[in-house]
Amino acid sequence: MLHIYCPHCGESRDEEEFHPAGQAHIERPKDPDACTDKEWGEFLYFRRNPRGVHHELWVHAAGCRKFFNMTRNTQTYEIKEVYKLGEQPSVVAE
Amino acid sequence: MAQQTNNETRRLSAGGRIDRSKPITFTFNDKQYKGYEGDTLASALLANGVDIIGRSFKYSRPRGIVAAGAEEPNAIMQLGATEATQIPNVRATQQALYDGLVCKVTNGWPNVDNDLMGWVGKLGGKMMPPGFYYKTFMYPKSMWETYESYIRKAAGLGRSPKENDPDRYDNMNQHCDVLVVGGGPAGLMAALTAARGGARVILADEQNEFGGSLLSSKESIGNKPATEWVDDVVTELARFDNVQLLTHATVNGYHDHNFLTIHQHLTDQSFDKAPNGKICQRLHRVRAKWVVLATGAHERPLVYGNNDVPGCMVANAVSTYIQRYGVVPGKDLVLMTTNDNAYRAALDWHDAGHNVVAIVDTRKNSKGTLVEAARERGMTVMLGSGVVDVQGSKRVTSVSIAKLNEAGDQVEGSVIEVKADTVASSGGWSPVIHLSCHTGSRPVWSDEVVGFLPGPSQQQQLTAGAMNGAYSTAAALEQGMNAGQSALEKLAMKMADVSVPETETLDEAEPMALFHIPHPKPTHKAPKQFVDLQNDVTAAGIELACREGFESIEHVKRYTAMGFGTDQGKLGNINGMAIAAKYLKQSIPETGTTIFRPNYTPVTFGAIAGRDCGELFEPKRYTAMHQWHMEHGAKFEDVGQWKRPWYYPKAGETMQEALNRECLATRESVGILDASTLGKIDIQGKDAREFLGRVYTNAWAKLAVGKCRYGLMCGEDGMVFDDGVTSCLAENHFLMTTTTGGAAHVLSWLELYHQTEWPELEVYFTSVTDHWATMTISGPNSRRLLETLTDGDVSKESMSFMDWRAMTVAGVPARVFRISFTGELSFEINVQANYGMHVWKALFEQGKQFNLTPYGTETMHILRAEKGFIIAGQDTDGSVHPFDLGMPWAVSMQKPFSFIGKRGMQREDCVRKDRKQLVGLKTTDPSVVLPEGAQGVFDPKASIPMPMVGHVSSSYWSANLGRSVAMGFVKGGHDKMGQKVYYPLVDGRVVEAEICSPVFLDPKGERQNV
Amino acid sequence: MQHYSGFALLKHSFSHHENWQRVWRNPTPKKKYDVIIVGGGGHGLATAYYLAKQFGVTNVAVIEKGFLGGGNTARNTTIVRSNYLWDEAAHLYEHAMKLWEGLSQDLNYNVMFSQRGCLNLGHTLQDMRDIERRVNANRLNGIDGEVLDAKQVKEIVPVLDCSENARYPVLGASWQPRAGIARHDAVAWGFARGADAHGVDLIQQTEVEDLIIEDDTVVGVRTKRYGDIKADRVGCVVAGNSSVLAKMAGFELPLESHPLQALVSEPIKPILDTVVMSNQVHGYASQSDKGDLVIGAGIDGYNGYGQRGSYSTIEHTIQAIVEMFPIFSRVRMNRQWGGIVDTTPDACPIISETPVKNLFFNCGWGTGGFKATPGSGNVFAASLAKGEMHPLAKPFSMFRFHDGSLVDEHGAAGVAH
Repeated sequence: MLHIYCPHCGESRDEEEFHPAGQAHIERPKDPDACTDKEWGEFLYFRRNPRGVHHELWVHAAGCRKFFNMTRNTQTYEIKEVYKLGEQPSVVAE
Repeated sequence: MAQQTNNETRRLSAGGRIDRSKPITFTFNDKQYKGYEGDTLASALLANGVDIIGRSFKYSRPRGIVAAGAEEPNAIMQLGATEATQIPNVRATQQALYDGLVCKVTNGWPNVDNDLMGWVGKLGGKMMPPGFYYKTFMYPKSMWETYESYIRKAAGLGRSPKENDPDRYDNMNQHCDVLVVGGGPAGLMAALTAARGGARVILADEQNEFGGSLLSSKESIGNKPATEWVDDVVTELARFDNVQLLTHATVNGYHDHNFLTIHQHLTDQSFDKAPNGKICQRLHRVRAKWVVLATGAHERPLVYGNNDVPGCMVANAVSTYIQRYGVVPGKDLVLMTTNDNAYRAALDWHDAGHNVVAIVDTRKNSKGTLVEAARERGMTVMLGSGVVDVQGSKRVTSVSIAKLNEAGDQVEGSVIEVKADTVASSGGWSPVIHLSCHTGSRPVWSDEVVGFLPGPSQQQQLTAGAMNGAYSTAAALEQGMNAGQSALEKLAMKMADVSVPETETLDEAEPMALFHIPHPKPTHKAPKQFVDLQNDVTAAGIELACREGFESIEHVKRYTAMGFGTDQGKLGNINGMAIAAKYLKQSIPETGTTIFRPNYTPVTFGAIAGRDCGELFEPKRYTAMHQWHMEHGAKFEDVGQWKRPWYYPKAGETMQEALNRECLATRESVGILDASTLGKIDIQGKDAREFLGRVYTNAWAKLAVGKCRYGLMCGEDGMVFDDGVTSCLAENHFLMTTTTGGAAHVLSWLELYHQTEWPELEVYFTSVTDHWATMTISGPNSRRLLETLTDGDVSKESMSFMDWRAMTVAGVPARVFRISFTGELSFEINVQANYGMHVWKALFEQGKQFNLTPYGTETMHILRAEKGFIIAGQDTDGSVHPFDLGMPWAVSMQKPFSFIGKRGMQREDCVRKDRKQLVGLKTTDPSVVLPEGAQGVFDPKASIPMPMVGHVSSSYWSANLGRSVAMGFVKGGHDKMGQKVYYPLVDGRVVEAEICSPVFLDPKGERQNV
Repeated sequence: MQHYSGFALLKHSFSHHENWQRVWRNPTPKKKYDVIIVGGGGHGLATAYYLAKQFGVTNVAVIEKGFLGGGNTARNTTIVRSNYLWDEAAHLYEHAMKLWEGLSQDLNYNVMFSQRGCLNLGHTLQDMRDIERRVNANRLNGIDGEVLDAKQVKEIVPVLDCSENARYPVLGASWQPRAGIARHDAVAWGFARGADAHGVDLIQQTEVEDLIIEDDTVVGVRTKRYGDIKADRVGCVVAGNSSVLAKMAGFELPLESHPLQALVSEPIKPILDTVVMSNQVHGYASQSDKGDLVIGAGIDGYNGYGQRGSYSTIEHTIQAIVEMFPIFSRVRMNRQWGGIVDTTPDACPIISETPVKNLFFNCGWGTGGFKATPGSGNVFAASLAKGEMHPLAKPFSMFRFHDGSLVDEHGAAGVAH
């Protein structure tokens, strides 16, 4: 069970307080109406899903209810870092 | 009537750590026996001369106790004095004896001593090599179910109780600096070091007391008996405030980020059923900064012919029973060993005054301290030899010994037979690396240790003692201390003042790497040589698996079932791997590795569930008026976590009669619904309006203060997931309502978009669902009723449809919304939740004159269906967009911002003309109510599989209309008004219906606008 | 291929079982194959078997990085059912079900397919509406199914708590009598043995490091152990590792790989004769022929390739089981494990052509792949043999996520199975 540091609360808490919310840094297209079906489908459904370092979006659901990013190894489950929305990771997935 | 047996034939008159002043009576297989406090069930059975404690799984061979701890494969019992307190598969070596304990063997018919299945096993055994069931029971095909019923009857060990568990369990969250697993010499030393350094320590051990191997040892530590050293350390540890000592507490799982579970036995070690109020077992959920694994090692038995006959034991277990429990489990011992350490068993046996027939040492030379001690006592030591076979059925009667070649893989010379009733064997030790494996670390083979060592640590984990292959007490103490100091260092704490106490040093000769004792006959013709006793896996079986091409050790294990028992192969797995490796002519590491998964030993479901079952499985949510609903006979429906009134039957009424009455009363006069469960989200901020425009499909820019509007919410795929009315409370202040079940999801949806996509918008969301009690009065008399209780002007002129106003109702502040889900003149009254009951009762007081009738969710469903209003979740399923629902009026494609769902609902598949679309369905026979879920077809004569065109999503008897009403999906339905669709039902009927508008009543909406 | 039967067992018992043949060879790969299947799990082996047996394509290799059937085939809870809601899914799973029903005889390998029935419990009125909808659809699709009330459920599973006191009382269930369980390892081994007998090369312990692509066309695979192996067509059937292979081919898939955990109790005497599943309470259980209660629940929410999940998922699952079957409170959990499941946004598989010519993927089975094994292999084999997707596979193209033609089974399959 993961032990997660919430960058907003400034504390490490049990995974049960959090929810993963998929891949991080997926931005909603600025002009959706200009997207082709393919582009919209890729925004909606296609994900990197790497074995290894991955950037994820999490929410401290049973805590401060704030979202944040996490860089985590999907093989070892090691959390490399957490960082707030709008910030860039210092460890970058390949 | 239980027979009394008092026959502790194998108990020594003195010695052991049992309390002889506290005798205990227990029942085994309906006979009473005696033991002492401090006994395990296994030691007490052995003391009483019980040889057979079960029958084997596949061959029904008699089995006895072979080990003394968690690794025991055979002594698996059914425990429990009553039906409700039955526990299946209790390992007798880990169960403390208590007064009144009742247990039984799990297999054997008519009884364990004379088991008829044993004959089946003997006769059929030859036809039951590993995997035999894959090769047979196929023909004729129709017979498989019959075959299977016999297979199933033979399966299983113990049985589940048939009554509910009377005991309670709980969970406890714990945090510590250092969790030390195992209270043997290494673990005690690690805990002492960490504790002296000031760390917060938990020390857990599966046994009833700390000490581990030292409890059955005669060595000295710090110039005193080892057990005294243990007592001193434990006493010191107990004095620290920052140390928690847990016994009968098995660390069972090692999960990610140093999260571990400890399964602690409490009253179940002393009572059949927990005394009132006591907790039976506790599961500790521990987050440790550092973990020291000091889990020791299990001795491996050797694999030889008929090595499952009762009397064949692991050498170390023999010592343990003698030293710790004062029980010598036989009269005449043959010890077979590949190492010096096991000589202790023979020495202990001899020193207890019993006869050691021979020590059979597989090595050609041997001259360590213990070996010399044996020779000094005049014991016969047979070098370069092995026990190839034993005789006896219910107990060993004699032992066949032969000379082995240098490699130990062939018998040389003739076989001699000696009389003996016990064979203790030792093939060396296997470090207990289970917990380190749980973390995903793959173990590494060591030729030096002749065993697998823990792989590189994946966590904040340290290891010490025998689990590292450091088997001497001196090494264990030193590694324990070092682990404790390392933990302190990593925790940035100062090193502790501690030193390793003095121990005796022993000269030990090299052990021999031998697992499988050869037999004069080739393995497949030799007597059965068991590897995994619980699953009846033999050396021949493993060789057969390899011969058939199952060469990966995982294949071997799966094909033979080796290691899949409740002991998870603690004794057998390494031997099995060695046999496979030898057969495949490769090394053990080439053959594979051994991976253990949680649990280390089985854990009671109840202990895992803790208090989160029954009443506390999931919270129940009640509205402020719940008590009233109960008192008025409401039937309830589960919606999300809420208990909502479903309908209110009066005495003698059927459900349909109650619904008819509720529906008619509402449309004719006035009805009332408790709508408190609808989700309510308070939205504020200068950009709140803009935000609403982005998350709802329709326009919000012009909604004036005091106005309400209905909205649909879609995902980015354009599919509807929730709906509700949002009201403008002030220029920058809105109240959003959601479906009852969708409230939490909607709130997190709003937060997600606000935080990730549009943080520049100034808007705040607060869940206020529980802050308000909501009651909807609906019907032509609703205004008149409200007027009796309010100071507000609710006239048509000053409060139109889709307006809201603040006023008082029954003397308390209220928000009243003139919105309608029934199509009638309706007012939704919201008051502070704690006033809810007061207002509700006041409405009923005044409502008498109008026959105010409470109605539940079912009537609400009927009334809205008469009007063609959808229920998100019932008339939507995540695959329909607003146009499918026939609600283009709720979508504003002209909004400047491309709202969530807009792009999605315009994808190629979403604009097909033949999509399933929501329509009204009018059965040709108005008295027939279509079943919800019925599937429609255009051609009722089509053959199966029939092309289906959509299902009925809502369907009711409408008392108001005197006919059935339904809504459902039909392919291209919006263009098929007036056409027929057919519903073939389970009972064979085919119901014909006409596609129509879903609005069955008051199509112009006049009733709500009065 | 040596024929297996009771008589053969008897005959071999006289020679101490010394003369059983190998179930499969251990060949060195050829330079080139007509078809290479990457992934030697149940689906990949089934594909190879049907390619060789039914479609006559025998110049086939299955390349497996570990041992045959060692991935999700060895880690699932062995439930087989075909009561899916949408036509596309129902037809595919029913195709599999029909193959299951003769599989032991077809393979001459007893996969112990036990049609003991499956109950999907309904605890709320909406559950019951969904059950009615699904059962009606199943029946019109030719799939057996019944809607039962609570009393009928209790008759089938007396140990289930069907009382009013339950937190979510059982209101009824859907019942598919032909559903059941099978012996998972045997399925992989049976297909492997059959494929081998028809000439397929099963290459174990060989990891594919790259896909060799020339002019947007796949021409082979690169392995560490044997170097390059050429092929006219390549089918990837690697479940949780699909995204990793897709990345080698230069595209992304609409997949996320999640841990899915399962657990077994210690073996107990027969007490649960059917499969019981509950979405609302969130757990499911059956009892194996060996006596273990085989239990599972939902996936862990985060992506994970570690074959480990979080303890809290196990906890919630056990709570659900104790809630449904209070008498199991004193039964003990023996072992837990995790697999890597590749989930799609619509809970339906991808059996598809890809942006790379001659490269095909069969993946995205999520939590429900085992039950489809023979059907999945069969339609994928047909597609690989012809170079064109089988009609039953067509709706499961990866490109459905572009035009929006999803087959959304989420409503019908909330829990793993």
